Amino acid sequence: MTAARILIIDDEAPIRRFLRVALDSDGHDVIEAATARDGLRAAARETPALVILDLGLPDADGLSVLRDLRGWSAVPVLILSVRADEAGKVAALDAGAQDYVVKPFSVKELLARVRSLLRDRNPSDAAPALITAGDLRIDAALHLVSQNGTALHLTKREFDMLWMLASNAGRLVTQAMILQALWGPAHVEDSQYLRVFIRQLRAKLGDDAANPRYIMTEPGVGYRFIAQADAGSATG
Amino acid sequence: MADEGIRPSPTALLERANREGRGRLKIFIGAAPGVGKTWSMLDDGHREWAKGVDVLAAVIETHGRAETQAKLADLPMLPRKPVLYKNRALTEMDLDALLARRPELALIDELAHTNAEGGRHEKRWQDVAEVLAAGINVYTTLNIQHIETLNETVARITGVRVRETVPDQVLELADEIELIDLPPDELLERLKAGKIYPQDQAARALTSFFIKGNLTALRELAMRTAADRVDAQLREHMAANAIEGPWPTQERILVCLNDSPAAREAIRVAKRAADRARADWIAVNVTSARQQDLAEAPRDRISNALRLAERLGAEVATIEADGDTAETILSYARTRNVRRIIVGYPRQRGFLTRWLQEDVVQNLMRGAGSFEITVASQPDERAETHPPRFSLARPSLRGITEAVLITLLASLAATLADQLFPVASLSVIFMTAVVIVAARQGNVPAIIASVLGFCCYDFFFVDPRRTFTITDRSEVLTLCLFLVASLITGNLAARLRHRARVQTEIADRTNKLYDFSRKVAAAAQRDDLIWAVVSHVAVTLRCESILLMPDAPGALHVVGGFPPEDRLEVRDQTAAQFAWDKGQPAGRDSDTLPTARWYFMPLKTTENRLGVLGIAFPDDGALTRLDQRLMDALCDQIVLALERLRLTEDLAATRLATETERLRTALLSSVSHDLRTPLVTIIGAAGSLTEASDLPAASRLELAELIREEGERLDRYVQNLLDMTRLGHGALRPHLGAVDLAEVVGSARHRMRAILRLHPLITDLPALPPVQADPVLLEQVLFNIIDNAAKYAPDGSEITLSAQASAANVSLTIADSGPGIPAEDRARIFEMFYRVEGGDRQRAGTGLGLAICKGLIEAMGGSIRAEATWPNGTGTRIVITLQTHPTP
Repeated sequence: MTAARILIIDDEAPIRRFLRVALDSDGHDVIEAATARDGLRAAARETPALVILDLGLPDADGLSVLRDLRGWSAVPVLILSVRADEAGKVAALDAGAQDYVVKPFSVKELLARVRSLLRDRNPSDAAPALITAGDLRIDAALHLVSQNGTALHLTKREFDMLWMLASNAGRLVTQAMILQALWGPAHVEDSQYLRVFIRQLRAKLGDDAANPRYIMTEPGVGYRFIAQADAGSATG
Repeated sequence: MADEGIRPSPTALLERANREGRGRLKIFIGAAPGVGKTWSMLDDGHREWAKGVDVLAAVIETHGRAETQAKLADLPMLPRKPVLYKNRALTEMDLDALLARRPELALIDELAHTNAEGGRHEKRWQDVAEVLAAGINVYTTLNIQHIETLNETVARITGVRVRETVPDQVLELADEIELIDLPPDELLERLKAGKIYPQDQAARALTSFFIKGNLTALRELAMRTAADRVDAQLREHMAANAIEGPWPTQERILVCLNDSPAAREAIRVAKRAADRARADWIAVNVTSARQQDLAEAPRDRISNALRLAERLGAEVATIEADGDTAETILSYARTRNVRRIIVGYPRQRGFLTRWLQEDVVQNLMRGAGSFEITVASQPDERAETHPPRFSLARPSLRGITEAVLITLLASLAATLADQLFPVASLSVIFMTAVVIVAARQGNVPAIIASVLGFCCYDFFFVDPRRTFTITDRSEVLTLCLFLVASLITGNLAARLRHRARVQTEIADRTNKLYDFSRKVAAAAQRDDLIWAVVSHVAVTLRCESILLMPDAPGALHVVGGFPPEDRLEVRDQTAAQFAWDKGQPAGRDSDTLPTARWYFMPLKTTENRLGVLGIAFPDDGALTRLDQRLMDALCDQIVLALERLRLTEDLAATRLATETERLRTALLSSVSHDLRTPLVTIIGAAGSLTEASDLPAASRLELAELIREEGERLDRYVQNLLDMTRLGHGALRPHLGAVDLAEVVGSARHRMRAILRLHPLITDLPALPPVQADPVLLEQVLFNIIDNAAKYAPDGSEITLSAQASAANVSLTIADSGPGIPAEDRARIFEMFYRVEGGDRQRAGTGLGLAICKGLIEAMGGSIRAEATWPNGTGTRIVITLQTHPTP
């Protein structure tokens, strides 16, 4: 994993402090900002590779910082939200944040999110033709999925969905993203489709929703393909 | 029993307590006018004044007597209030000025005086009661002929009846009674000397009232009354001070009331007898089948008599006679330990009624045995104007017209029938006409029809025709028989009709009452009840109604009206306030403020005052047309309903207060304990990490892990408090949608993987229909339940999660193999801060988790309960039931 410049926008000094310690130890270059104004200025000047943004800031709403940022930058944004603020989290994801962690979070979880968000920077990872996830082999060129060497018969849409999730392994894929990509912009609200398709897909993969190996549900938000590093702990 | 006798009687103590704070009343009582009551009162007033007491002569009637005028001298006087009554300028005592002036002692002459219309009270003794209640001492004067129970006796002695009477209780209110005695000879001297009335009046008085015999009798009566009162005071004193008396208290006096005017006299006799014998007395009315068809007037007389008896302190009872009235009375008397029975003897009894009806008095005497029977005779006709004995309904013009028309029709029919039938049988046609008239119009038109029919028959059909003369003897008999028969049948038919009407009325009243109580009982909310009361009273009594109740600070105000009304005129407001304060009816046609528009009745139980019900007629008509019995019954119903509501509200408020208090205490102890414990660990562990530098790596890791765990625990606790607050404020609005249970289970499992390292979570989920839920909240519920299970179940034991789907629901069961929950606690574990007491030390928990689960699940339209696991009974199963999402 290459070192990256990461901007933390959070008004709580203790949080910034332990994030700095954790990210430093992972080899990253950390910039801190305590206010929305400083944060936006630092984002413009320092061109960070990733922004960790707290939704509750003293001088402005984290959401407005995000919207401002999205006006001129496509930098990946990881949201720090609190459990009580489900709506704020969803709004942030809709406004272009890539992922979120709920405070209080474990450092391990945060570092995993950071790693998957930074992965895209490497062009060679950007569009692989073949993804292997445990016993699953997904071939984009041939539109083939096999499990332990046995071919699985997926429809085109099921395959597209699986590919979308697997190529973003470890990252959150929101319902809206999938619906827009697979059903088109007119169906962004139709999470019914998604529920049924995910269910069929899981059945074909032999994945148990209550104890998932591949596709993890983020209630009310979206799905996450379990990166193989995480998979072990999830089934533990 | 001996014990009971010497304990101070609660009633006596209560009476004494009631008098505290009240002004003292002294009555100067005299046998006749002119004995010097006013003079003595003024004399006493002067004496007090000389002592420095703030004395005020509120009203003194000098009757132009020079002695009295002189005695008044320099006492401070309250100016009289001018009142205009029927274009006559009168003056009355200025009650408000007196109350505002607040002297220590007020001299108020002539207690029996009747105020001019338009005053606050009808009678002066009511004014006095109010003055006393305000804490002002009162001296007043009274002649014995004005005392209600003596009124009759005095009238009999002197032949003069006074209209103004004072209830006996007023006498009992007196703290002191002074008998102003003057031997008859001296009184007569004074009268002759013109010291009582001007000369011309005195001459007249000498011939009627002021006769020596009269005066002697009155003097004796006055002395006896004063003595009785002294006796009563002594008795009261002894009872309140637990001094045993020699009198037997168990014997009672029974007075039987019927609709005869003698009933009132019987009540007076009974009251006096009871006072003298210091016995309780019971007034009883025996109802029989006959009474059901009594006319309004006698029924009112009975209820008035009962009310009079109640006012005079009797216990009132109504008993049902099955057959023999006398025997019913006697057996009742036996059960109540009665020794003396008093009955009114109706003076006039016609031959026919005596023969037809049971003679109760005779039968009583015959079966009396050891009872002492007193028969009170009816007062003189000239003395009392009582309603006519026969209640002939006043005939309407229509009734008379119909009687004439039907008789003429009968004549016409008879003329036609005359061709075919013998003359004698034509009478039947007239008879039929009489019966028809009686059935349709009552007894008077029937009598008219009888007489008219008789005349027509005689005139047109009996030979010689077209004259009233009769030649044939047999025709005379026919005619006479016709008249008698038609009168009797007419009367019978009319009575039948009357009885039917009475029955309808009774049924109607019963229906109304039933309907009312049903409506009122159905009202669960205060506003509903108020509306039910006012609307129903208005409909039932065909009037306007209004209900006033006190608000929190105790001010009376309108809470409902039909038609809706929210304010009253000052006069009505005052009347309502009076009814509320005094617990007596006030306003229109009552003793107090009779000129108000509304009539107010207090709604009260023995302990509580609940409100005031007002009634008025749209055309401001008099209240006499009101059905007093129905109104009383309605008031009783309203009181019951209000009382029931008040009790319910009180109970709910108490419960709420207790619950709030419990929660507050629990929250405090929870915050101080549950919030601090993890902090202690965190601070301690962090301290160890920084201070002890030579710790082995494994120990450092363990301490760090401990900090993390305790931090997470703290987070969960804060989260619970937040959730609870959100639930409590209704700020939590679930976003319901179709949710796949298995997905939520998977996400919860992921979130709690640290906890689940010690407790494998076994899931057994078949293919389930989606449920109606908020996925985020549902995940929180699962988190709390699994967390709770992990806390109590032994380490390493499994937690199983299974589900079942039915047509409309999906139930999710989470079972652990912990110690289980005793059956009696199972419902309570969902209460806030409730923790099952265990013999072992409690695991750290907040007692909030399951309460939140319940709140969240119910917000999503589901339910949650706890069960014992079977078959071995250990462990706990929490069952969540959620609705299936409508779309597949």
